[in-house]
Amino acid sequence: MADVNRGNRPLSPHLSIYRPQLTSMTSIFTRLTGNALIVGALFVVWWFAALAAGPDAYARANGFMTSWFGDFIMFGSVVCIWYHTLAGIRHLIWDTGRMLDVERAEFAGQVIIIASVLLTIFTVIIL
Amino acid sequence: MSFLTDRKRAIGLGSAKSGTQHHWQMMVSSVALTGLIPLFVFTFGYALGMPYTDAAAYYARPFPAIVAILTVLVGFLHFKGGVQTLIEDYVHGFARKALIIGSICLSYAAAAAGVFAIVRIAL
Repeated sequence: MADVNRGNRPLSPHLSIYRPQLTSMTSIFTRLTGNALIVGALFVVWWFAALAAGPDAYARANGFMTSWFGDFIMFGSVVCIWYHTLAGIRHLIWDTGRMLDVERAEFAGQVIIIASVLLTIFTVIIL
Repeated sequence: MSFLTDRKRAIGLGSAKSGTQHHWQMMVSSVALTGLIPLFVFTFGYALGMPYTDAAAYYARPFPAIVAILTVLVGFLHFKGGVQTLIEDYVHGFARKALIIGSICLSYAAAAAGVFAIVRIAL
């Protein structure tokens, strides 16, 4: 074996010593927000089912979703949906082979974070 | 000097050997959702919290109802593909298969329940 350093090479990054970068964190949050949206989505389906079922069922579903806990879930869902939508657009741009260098990928990451906060504030204000 | 095309050199070298269809399905549904999500957030957000008769009348209108039906359908299709990737990355063996089947069932069931409800409100 010509390679005397066998078995002592640098390994893949381990999470305990991994320095997070904007690119990896925005990627992790894309997955997190997308899958977390199942909670809000199921509540939305419940709301529609209740609206179809009649006034009593609607009062229960609508009452829950406008309670503090329902508001909390819907607010979280709004944050997640704007972040995930913008991050998804970044993926669509990446799929065309554009903006794949670190500098522009990080710039797009900053845009996603700022724009999702602004869109959330806008949504909360007008709704 | 290589006479091989880029495609010929790349073919068969991927680790997965498959998945193009999955990626394409996620791309198409995400393109559709970039339009649907803003429409749905503001129509649904407008109706949420309305009294029963107002909400029922609002979702009897074609535009909010069609936006909601499309968002529920495409949204759960997109979730089905996305959560499958999540499961495949972190879960192995029998649990992986069970979770994937479960998430597919959940996606179709939620989509069917949502569409059925909206159609019933609208008609």
